Formats: sequence, structure tokens, C-alpha cells
Amino acid sequence: MEVLAAVLITVVGAATPLLFAAVGELVVEKSGVLNLGVEGMMVLGAVGAFAVTLTTGSATIGILAGAAAGAAMALVFALLTLTLLANQVASGLALTIFGIGASALIGRSFVGMPVDRLPQLDLPGLSGLAIVGPLLFGHDALVYLSILSIPATIWFLERSRAGLVLRSIGENHQAAHALGHPVIMVRYLALLFGGAMAGLGGAYLSLAYTPMWAENMTAGRGWIALALVVFATWRPGRLLLGAYLFGGITVAQLHVQGFGFAIPAQFLSMLPYLATIAALVAISADGTRARLNAPASLGRIFHPET
Amino acid sequence: MAEQDGMAEQDRPARLQLSGISKQFPGCLANDQVDLALAPGEIHALLGENGAGKSTLVKIIYGVLRADSGEIHWDGQPVSIASPSQARRMGIAMVFQHFSLFESMTVAENIALGLDHGPDLDRLAAQVGEVGRRYGLTLEPERVVHDLSVGERQRVEIVRCLMQNPRLLIMDEPTSVLTPGEAESLFKTLRQLADEGCTILYISHKLQEIRTLCDRATVMRAGRIVATCDPRHETAHDLARLMIGEDFSRASKTAGGTRGAARLQVRGLSMAAAAMHGTPITHIEFEVAAGEILAIAGVAGNGQNTLLAALSGEQLCASAGDIRIEGQDAGDLGPRRRRRLGLAFVPEERLGHGAVPEMSLADNALLTGYERQDLLSRGSIMFSRTRDYAQRIVQSFQVVSGGVGSHAGSLSGGNLQKFIIGRELLQKPKVLVVAHPTWGVDAGAAAAIHTALLDLAGQGTAILIVSQDLDELLQISDRIAVLSDGRLSECMLTAEADIGRIGLLMGGHGRSEGDVNDAGGERRAAQT
Amino acid sequence: MMRVESGVRPRLEARIGTSRTMVYLTPVLAVILTMACGSILFAALGHHPPAVLSAFFIQPISSVYGLAELTVKATPLVLCAIGLSFGFRANVWNIGAEGQLTLGAIAGGGVALWAGDDAAAWVLPAMILAGLLGGAAWAAIPAFLKTRFNANEILTSLMLTYVAILLLSYLVHGPWKDPDGYSFPQSRMFADSALLPLLSTGTRLHLGAPITLFLALGAWWVMARMFIGFQIKVVGLTPAAAGLAGFSVKRLIWVTLLTGGALSGLAGLFEVAGPIGQLQPTISPGYGFTAIIVAFLGRLHPLGILVAGLFIALSYLGGETVQIQLGLPLAVSGVFQGMLLFFLLASDVLVRYRIRWDRAALPQEAG
Repeated sequence: MEVLAAVLITVVGAATPLLFAAVGELVVEKSGVLNLGVEGMMVLGAVGAFAVTLTTGSATIGILAGAAAGAAMALVFALLTLTLLANQVASGLALTIFGIGASALIGRSFVGMPVDRLPQLDLPGLSGLAIVGPLLFGHDALVYLSILSIPATIWFLERSRAGLVLRSIGENHQAAHALGHPVIMVRYLALLFGGAMAGLGGAYLSLAYTPMWAENMTAGRGWIALALVVFATWRPGRLLLGAYLFGGITVAQLHVQGFGFAIPAQFLSMLPYLATIAALVAISADGTRARLNAPASLGRIFHPET
Repeated sequence: MAEQDGMAEQDRPARLQLSGISKQFPGCLANDQVDLALAPGEIHALLGENGAGKSTLVKIIYGVLRADSGEIHWDGQPVSIASPSQARRMGIAMVFQHFSLFESMTVAENIALGLDHGPDLDRLAAQVGEVGRRYGLTLEPERVVHDLSVGERQRVEIVRCLMQNPRLLIMDEPTSVLTPGEAESLFKTLRQLADEGCTILYISHKLQEIRTLCDRATVMRAGRIVATCDPRHETAHDLARLMIGEDFSRASKTAGGTRGAARLQVRGLSMAAAAMHGTPITHIEFEVAAGEILAIAGVAGNGQNTLLAALSGEQLCASAGDIRIEGQDAGDLGPRRRRRLGLAFVPEERLGHGAVPEMSLADNALLTGYERQDLLSRGSIMFSRTRDYAQRIVQSFQVVSGGVGSHAGSLSGGNLQKFIIGRELLQKPKVLVVAHPTWGVDAGAAAAIHTALLDLAGQGTAILIVSQDLDELLQISDRIAVLSDGRLSECMLTAEADIGRIGLLMGGHGRSEGDVNDAGGERRAAQT
Repeated sequence: MMRVESGVRPRLEARIGTSRTMVYLTPVLAVILTMACGSILFAALGHHPPAVLSAFFIQPISSVYGLAELTVKATPLVLCAIGLSFGFRANVWNIGAEGQLTLGAIAGGGVALWAGDDAAAWVLPAMILAGLLGGAAWAAIPAFLKTRFNANEILTSLMLTYVAILLLSYLVHGPWKDPDGYSFPQSRMFADSALLPLLSTGTRLHLGAPITLFLALGAWWVMARMFIGFQIKVVGLTPAAAGLAGFSVKRLIWVTLLTGGALSGLAGLFEVAGPIGQLQPTISPGYGFTAIIVAFLGRLHPLGILVAGLFIALSYLGGETVQIQLGLPLAVSGVFQGMLLFFLLASDVLVRYRIRWDRAALPQEAG
């Protein structure tokens, strides 16, 4: 039972960065933009948060810096795709390549240096409870923030006026423009939010999940977050399920050998990637289901005069 | 309410006055010095064929487009309408035909998006119910739009407008998607609104309803205002003549002698629409014989695109026998193999379907000419042959261009159309299917295209023309049929056909079934 | 009543067609902007920009050995980029060249290990064939998933890259590990007959370079002269026109992905049968990803890609030089490459749009 609880706690850790990045990308895609640069924003967020935490000694400032780094990258992407009307796929790839290079450059002097893991928010009495205590109440603030971002996003998209306008722009940008909604501005804001969330996901990796900086430490998590959005058919609630499922798969590979299965570690490490492909195929094969929720303008360039 | 006094109404300024509005698009003058005045509380029809410039004009009024020149006065004050939201603040509302509902969103959300400062969705639902009761427009706010019938969707659009208490309501082809019963209740709503002082600008090509509903009608043709009249005192026949124009000659096609063998046969062809909002076609039957030109008239969006995709081979038919070319089953063949049998095809859209804008004319000649012109040799392109072929097209059809190496996108619409038609004609097809051969083309190019088509028919090719330009169809076809709501009327001999009747058929009237359930209206115009 | 507001503001106006001048000018513009930004970056890091730029771009190629190294590094970049360019032209976004490269190395290297020390002359051709097939097989998976299940090839090809790298790691840690290798995770060295012949003694320049040059010319021939190349261009530019002409989109997805996979696989095989000479956990410093930049910088044109491949290879060599001389990290190369792609994409707007400065005098509503 103790072991199971410990495993479940590591699942939370593996799921949280995915959840941050995926929630951000979901909002971006709901506005009709496909930003493939999640990996780049995430890795820059990771190094930014780590470097600032180490320099200032404040994890809070570090986390904010991680979010700012992701948002800054997203701003570059927005400038390219929204203002200069560049291809979104190519721009996203550029963002990732640049992010990996720039993070390595920034992080070179921080490799191998230690930083304190983010503190748990200990609630007196509650986190002391057996099993349930550490599982529900023994996490750091970012974990709760990532989970709270789901109802917040649902509220924003489903209940708020701004969310309504954002969805309408992703659904049909020409019609939204005809009704007088500011397509470009809303997409800029959505991208900034997406970048900040990817940055937070990165910050969680370098400050809490494995409190250290290593080159390219996101290891494809940004890409898995992109796949999660498809897997969740653009529904925030399912994103929570998806992120924890993938977190579970990531953690399972670490524990399978402990249970005496003689499977080479590399094959177990393939699991999240193979699971991503399987999930994509399962969702895409039934075209209508995915299409109903997919923002109809996704990836299309908006030029008001055409 | 305050509109009873006729004298007072005379003295008051027009609610909306347009003077000298012009709008130029690349290759097309969409509005040419348009003057229009709308009085408070009147229902004013704007009548015209597709492409006459109606949609451009209303987009200018609603702030979606800006005029190149001209003035707009609102209640006597000069205004510049920069955006739809400004138009809404002034009190102008518009019911779009095709492009302003968000499919995956609910009715309440769609309505909220049309309001500048919408209340929260719960209170909105209450207001929607209130407006609905007042005007007889019932809606369920929680339903998602893609589950609604077309009539219900339109009610969403109208309620969205009424929520703003508009003083000018623009309706773009409102009944083209409605059943007669729905249309009748719409008219009741509109009359009630007009009685309350709201001005209604009613765009349509349907003559009967304009006669029953509207107080005045302005007729547009080729971007200009050609007439203003009281439609209640005109017959549908007269209105059709005003709309289509009387200055056409119908003598160009010499009455053909005996019909040759059938080269294109379509039997019981039904097909679902390929695109999301397309119109399916149902049980289409016709034959085109050697040397004959068959015209298919109809308002865009009535299944033309589906029929054309079925004929070109871009969509395969359910059964091979649905389409026969030269007596051979071709329904299950793709475009390349149909061309081998003798088919040539000119699609509706020139750039982006008929031609690749970024490629040279030579490359664009290769695009469909590779099969029948033998431009390939073991997988390689024979460039000199390809260039010669492109050169012959350019010369034979007087295509004005910077040579066969210039981009297709750099040609004017008329020249590109001549090139595309020439490309197909030089392949010496046994069957030619051509969509909108002279859409947006100047008179000179149109005449050249018509002559070329007539010559080709004279050489024994079976030609099918799908067009909205009735004038053109009457001029060059032997027989004519009307496509409406995906169904084809009987074929009539063009020489004996009655324009009024064709106009009525195009508007959905006069079919034996008698329902007015055609879809489409100004879809194409609205999207350009 | 009326207020006249005047001002000059830029507006993008779509060109009719594309500007051919700009197609050639924008990569040059992007390179210049990248160097300018790079100088600022180096100055910010406390280095003298001219010295760094010289160390980065000039010193690496001021010796014969340097030029040979440049070619060695450009070879895999050009091969992968040409393969990718076929797909990108057709709107098929294969970004898994790194994985296909890895599988080519595994398949070809597997043949070399299987043949053993006394391998005959046929082993090298067999390895090349295996490399081509291995890469193509890996690319066939996204092609199948795209055409059969409509699964996004960007994500599937990328996920398969991670799988491929893990597979290689398993092999060199497990069954293919050199028994006499002091438990280092690497395979035995390939036999001499399983190595690509060197073209010039004292350098690492191998037979793969001229083969790549030959393939680039072949790719140019395919794209410029063959009907299949024409079909690829049409489907990428205007899918509806491809439908009208009867070109099958699914077939073109298969063709472009298999070609891309095969060429990337060949690149991987050239690496292990050339400069490396054995299988290791890491056989590429991200050539498959960098090739995406090479492909765009070369305007998706095989001959342009040759030039772009050499330029990007220089950024790798330059990164190594500044690392040794100035203590700057190798990651500088990645930053340079990313910036280059940003500037290229940004200046690309000039190919499709022209900037119009509107001198607007708009009558505004009062109040």
C-alpha cells in the first residue's frame, strides 16, 4: 500500500508538466493556431526557471521567469505567424530548434548544480494522514496550480465572454472578423498564455520533478503534450485524464522492472511514445468525432483582406 | 409606432442614403456608381443575378468592405462605416446567408457573439425567449447549431439581429433555404418589424416573394443600378427581364439538324456533397449528343459543385454505369482515365482548381494536357512539346500574357479563362464539361470563348455547360435544364424556352413537386 | 461633424503569384540578419564579434582538412534535407528524419556486424541497401498511419524518432554490444570491407560525399524534369488542381515519405560506415532535425539544399571551433540555426506579399 502510494505520487510528478503544456496548447488551438513549438517553449521555461531560481534564491521568481521565457518564445511565434503570416508548421519547428539551442547555451553554467526541490504545501493534520495524506495533500503548489488550471480553463472557454470569442475565432475566423471580433489580438493573447503555460511545465521539470538542469531535459514532453490535445479531442477535462494516463505510463516503465519483469529498460522507455502514436491513431481513425471538436480554422493563415 | 404620418415621412431624411458607391476588385468592377436610398419603415428589395454586385454593396453598408469612392449618409449625417461593430452600434443589423454561424457552438453562444456586450448566457436565454415570443421565432438556446435545420439556423441569425433593436435590417437571400411555410412566417415577422419602423433591405432573386413582400425594388446588373420600381405593380416575368437584361441575342447557335449519337450519358446519378456545406444531387439524368450543347442553369449552391465533381471524376460514382462516356461505363474511373476516354473539363474556379497560380502557363498546360497531348515519355516531361502546346493555346486563343513562362496567377481573369478553355479545347475532346465559362470575364473574351465552344460543337464534340449566366446559356445552347436543390428539371429546347419560366424554375418555382426547398442563394458571391 | 485622420501605416498586400527575386534574396537576407544578431549576442557574452565570427565562419574552412570535415558534416544534412524537401513540397510534414536516419544506421550496421570480420566485397552494397530499406521502413509507418487512419504525420514521425533512438540504445547496450569493449555501450568496429573508402588520406572524406552529390543532382532531375516531381509540386501548391488532374494524394504521401525515409536511412548508414565505423548510442548530433532548416534555407530545391547544407555544416564546425578557442558552448550552433530559420520565415513574407504604405485619410464618424 505504501509502495502504491509512492508510485501514485510519482505519477503526479510525471503528469504535471504535460498538463501545463497541454492546457496552454489547447487554448492556443481553440483560437485556431497550431503552435508546434511547445517543446522549445517548455525547455526554455525549464532553463529560465532553474537559472533564475539559482541566481535569486527564490523559487517563486524562478517560476515566473520560466513562464515569462515561454511567453517570450510564443511572442516570437506570434510575430512570425500572425503578423508576418509565416507558415505555422515551419515556425513551430523553428521555435523548437531555437529553444533547444538557446536553453543549452543559457544552461551551460548550471549543469550539475543542485537546487532545492519545490517545497510541499503541508497542510497541518491532512498531509499526515496515512496514504491519503501524502497522495492528496503532499504536493507542491505547481501541482495544485496545474490541476486548478483545468476547471479554470473550462470556465474560461465555456462560461466567459472572452472564451466565447476565442472559440468563435478558432471555429471560423472570417465570420468572427465579420462580426467585428479582433482575430489577431485574441490569437496573440492565446499564444502568450500557451507559451507561459509551456514555460510553467518546463519550470516544474527543472524545479520539482528532477530538480536540476540537463540539456534537452524535456525529452519530447512538449510533443507528447501536443498529442494529448488531439487525444483529448480539445476538451480540457479529458486532458486531465490523458496527462495522468501518460504520467502513469512514464512511471510504469520505472517500476515494471522492480516487479521482476525482465524487459529491457529501453523498451519500457518507448512506452510513452508508442502510447502517443496509439492514442493518435485511435482518435484520428474515427474522423467525425475528432472533427466535431477540432477548431475548424486550425492552422489556417488569417489575412483580413482575402 | 411614429411612422403613421405620410407627410412627415416625406420630409424626413432617408434612413440610409448611398451616393456614387464604387468598389473595384482585381479584374472586376463590383459596384459602379451605385445610388440607393432607403426610407424608414420600408421593405426594399435589392434584386439581381449572382455576380450583379448585391453582396458587395451590402458588405459595404455593413462595414465588412470599404468602398473605393462614394458617400454614405445615415439619418442625413455623413458617415464612414469602418467595421461591423460600428455598423451595429449605428443600428444596422445583417442576416448573413452562409458564413456567420459557428457550427460547433450553441444557439445562445451564437447569439451572444453577435452582440457587443452580451449579457451572461442565462439571462440571454431569457431574452431570446422573449424576442422569440414577440416575433414568433421559437428557439432552443442550448442546442448546437450543427444539429439545427436550415430554417432553424436562419432563425438564430434573425434573432441575433433583433436582439440589437436594429433600425436597418439587411437580409441576404433569406428564403433560399426555407420551406414555403417557414418563408410565410418570416414575412409576417418582417412586416411586423417594418410596421415598428425598422427599415428592411431584402436581397433576393426570387421574384414572387419580392412582389408579395416588398414596397420598392432596386434592380442591379453588372455592378450598376438598372431600375427601381414598385414590385407590386410588376409581373414576375417583367422583373425577370429587368434582372437578366433584354439586350441579349439568342441567334448565335444555329438550330442544329439531327442529333448525333449520345457521347455523355448520365443515368440516375445521386451523390452526397463532398464539402461540409455542399448540396447533394439526386437522381440526375441527361444525355449530351455529338455536336450538341446542353446548358444546366441554376443558382449557385444548388448542387452544381457536386455534379461537376461527379462528372470530372474527382468524386467517384456509386456505380460505374451512372456516367457513360462514348458508350463506356466511366462512373468508377478517376480523372485521368476519363480523359483517356475523351473527356475534357473546365472547373468553376480558375485559380486554385483549374490552374496553379504559382506555376507557369507551360506547367499549367501540362496539368491536364499530359494524357491526351502525349507530353510524357517514360515518366519524364517533354518540355519542348509542353511549351509548344502552351504556345499553341496562347496563340489560338489570343491569351495576353508575358509568354508561356509567366505565372498563371499573373494573368487577368479573362485571359486565364481563355487559356484554360483553350487547354481543354486543343485536346480535341469528345465530351467537354465546362462550368461558368465566362464568369467575371469581359465582353470581348466572353465572345471569343462562346465562338470557340460553338466551333467545337460544330466539330462533333458533346458540350455540357453549367452556368448561372442565363443570358449566355440561352445564347449558345441547344437545350437547357435547370438544377435546383440537387434535382434537374426536364430538358427544354432552348429555342422554344421561355425566360420567365426558366427564371421561375431557378428561383425554385414551377417544379412539379412545387416545394421551394432549394439551397444556396448567393453562396458564391457571399464567399468571394 | 467629420474628423479627418491621416497617417501612414504598413499593410500587407497579397502578390499575384510569388516574387522570384525574393525567393533568392530572402535566404541571403536571413543569413545577414542572423550574423548581425549573432554579433550582438557574442558582444553581450563579452566577446569581440569579429573574432568570433571569424572563428565561426572562416577558420574552420581555411585548411584542406577543414574543407573535408565540412563535406563530411554536410553529407548527412543534405541527404536528409533532400528527402524532407520532397515531403514538404507536397505538404507532408515528415519531421522524423532523425529516427529514419537511426534506423538506416541500425539496418546497415546490422548487416556489417552480421557479416563479421572477414566480410566480402558485397557487404558494403548490401549495407547501403539495408540502410535505404531501414529508413524507408521507418517512414512507412507514418505513411500507413496517415493514409489509413488519418493520423498526423508530424507527431507520429517524431514519436518514432524517440523509439528509434531507444532501439539503438537497446542494441548497443544489449545484443550487439562488443564483448571485448570493456562494457562500453557500443558495437564491434566494422570490418575494413564494411567501411566506406576514404577519398583523401589524412581526412575523413568518404565515398558518401560524391554519392550524395550524385543523389542531389538526381533529386534535381526528378523535381525539375520528371512527372512525379511535377505532381509533388502541384499537390503541395494547389491540392484541388491535383485532384482535377487525377493525381492521387495518398500515393504522393507514400512516395514522399518513403523517399525521405530512404535518403535519411542512407545518411545514417554513411555515418556509421564512414566517420564512426561502429554503432554507438549517439550517431548523430541532430542532423535529422537540423536538416529541416537546411531544407527551408535551400528553398526546398535540391541544388539550394547543397549550398544550404554546406552553410549549416559550417555552423557545426564553427560551433566546435568557438568551443575550443573561446570556451563558448556547442549549443551556439543550435541558436544560430534557429535564428536563421526565424529570419528566413519572417522575410519569406516578402515572397508572397508586398508591403504597401497606406497614406490613409479616413473620414471618421464624429464623437
